[in-house]
Amino acid sequence: MLTAVGETPGVETLKSLYRRMLELRKFEMKVREVYRSGILPGFVHLYVGEEAVAAGVCLHLRPEDLVFSTHRGHGHALAKGVPAREVMAELFGRRTGCSGGRGGSMHLYAPEYGFMGTNGVVAAGIPLATGAALSAQLRGSGQVTVCFFGDGAVNSGSFHEGLNFGAVWNLPVVYVCENNLYATEMAFSRATKNPSVASRAASYAMPGVEVDGNDVVAVQAAAREAIGRARSGGGPTLVECKTYRFLGHHEGDPGTNYRTREEIEAWRRRCPLSVLRERHLAPAGVDAGWFAQAEKEAEAWVEEAVEFARNSPEPDPETFRDHVWA
Amino acid sequence: MESGLREISYVDAGVEALREEMARDESIVYIGQGIGPRGGNFRQTRGLWQQFGDHRLRDTGISELGATGVGIGAAMAGSRAIVDEVFLDFTLEAMAQIVQQAATAHYCSNGKLRVPLVIRGAMGAIRNAGAHHSHTFYAWFGHIPGLKVATPATPYDVKGLMKTAIRDDGPVLFIEHKALYNTKGPVPEAEYLIPFGQARVVRQGSDVTVVAVSRMVSLAEQAAEALAAEGMSLEIIDPRTVVPLDRETIAESVSKTGRLAVVDEAPEPYGFSGEVCAVVCEHCFGRLKAAPLRLCSEPVPNAFSPALEGRMIPSVDRIVSGIRALVLSSRSQTCRTQ
Repeated sequence: MLTAVGETPGVETLKSLYRRMLELRKFEMKVREVYRSGILPGFVHLYVGEEAVAAGVCLHLRPEDLVFSTHRGHGHALAKGVPAREVMAELFGRRTGCSGGRGGSMHLYAPEYGFMGTNGVVAAGIPLATGAALSAQLRGSGQVTVCFFGDGAVNSGSFHEGLNFGAVWNLPVVYVCENNLYATEMAFSRATKNPSVASRAASYAMPGVEVDGNDVVAVQAAAREAIGRARSGGGPTLVECKTYRFLGHHEGDPGTNYRTREEIEAWRRRCPLSVLRERHLAPAGVDAGWFAQAEKEAEAWVEEAVEFARNSPEPDPETFRDHVWA
Repeated sequence: MESGLREISYVDAGVEALREEMARDESIVYIGQGIGPRGGNFRQTRGLWQQFGDHRLRDTGISELGATGVGIGAAMAGSRAIVDEVFLDFTLEAMAQIVQQAATAHYCSNGKLRVPLVIRGAMGAIRNAGAHHSHTFYAWFGHIPGLKVATPATPYDVKGLMKTAIRDDGPVLFIEHKALYNTKGPVPEAEYLIPFGQARVVRQGSDVTVVAVSRMVSLAEQAAEALAAEGMSLEIIDPRTVVPLDRETIAESVSKTGRLAVVDEAPEPYGFSGEVCAVVCEHCFGRLKAAPLRLCSEPVPNAFSPALEGRMIPSVDRIVSGIRALVLSSRSQTCRTQ
């Protein structure tokens, strides 16, 4: 197993990572608030606590690169560059949403931003991402595909078969496991005996890396190396980001029936925003005024998205048959 | 037909279609187990690897779930993918990818993603392969919005439908029949495509409309010959694609003959035969002189012993006696549904 190494990015990059993570946090907390007010249809799975993974990985992606995501995918979409208003409008089921109101939280699609979909089926994105990487290899496009998935995905056949194809065909893909320790309520330690996802990379003869998923600096370092390897023809990498969701599995699950308050509190103390602030930004002299301003800007950014969504029209019911057939 | 007409086999017609399409369109990638140097379990890709190489003929281990998902992902990202499951039975390993991902991506993305994908698999009973290699559940796919389903019965249709399937921008299940691979028929040398949703009137007749699919088409033809000797005239319709289904041709025919028999290697319950009966009842109920007849496999797993399997699948004799009874019982009545 490798350990992520590499120099720490400059302070401007660190600041932009902080802003990005803050945006994801504010976005999700706003979704929570709106969802609780009862106006959002469907179900939402929030990304709060895991922001360092999406932000750190997507830092090194190009617009034409591809991302396949999960049911907990708002953060991935935003980090890949899908406009917040289009994501929010989709959660509202509006015509202006990135899926025109046909998808919702678990079917966000924005291929024009290289965002190939959240997914309602755990692990289903792994073979899909592998196939997109095959297409990139065949077309010689130079694109890298990133596949996000949780620890809940790694005991499925899709994980095994997808990684096996990625490795044997040396595809330009990076498999990013967000190990938040619980698949719904099922503790990873009860689901499988080997506590390390990264170590499974050896089964496929690909590099496996384990990083602190709450430290965006560590995540981006691992991602830079893995994405660079994929882009230069070096094949896939499995990156395991150890992280934690601060909230329940979905909005409505308190998340406290199967996790102790002590455990939740311990992880909250390792909030990715605090980690970046305390380990890197404060020592670099970034002052409280900057953080206050960042907070204000992120709030305004989310507010604009919500206003856009609220004021967007519903899809025309008569269009419900459109796009069944290509 | 056209000059340059040759007799070639059902399996070779597929190889020709693939060769022509892969030469014409570099974005096509073919994924499946044993489809490389071996040329396919049924010789269904013979010579393609030698012509197009490892890059585009992606020989895989036994990994249908992964291979199918890979094909769907490749199609989403800009390639045209053909995934060969070899046996239709093994689509079961990949069903979630086909139903949950391939069929929904275009719709859920508001038309932004396309999935130009052919899932290929051969169905049906052959040489007593037993329960795990003989399934005929092609109609299941017809229940899923977004999936098209082609079921060619002749070499001519294999070639023309395969080319259409490959050029389609959405997912198509291309379901051949194992027992037809070695059958021969006329296929023009010149290029042609067969549009989906156009049934073939295999034989014209006036007493009963027989809708038959895949291998059952040739059995229906043999039954028609036998019954012609008894003065009964069968009109045989092969829908060629069950999705989209050419309802008009079926309804027009039944409006003319007043009788319907469906011959299907799949069992009756919740299947294609019931769908055709429903279409006929909806479109031309008043023209029926008799209740529709279904001649299907018995609803049991495919048995191994030839004695058992032969009993469960429609035979020419069973088709002949079933249709004879249908015609005779309704010749002097307006309707026998009462």
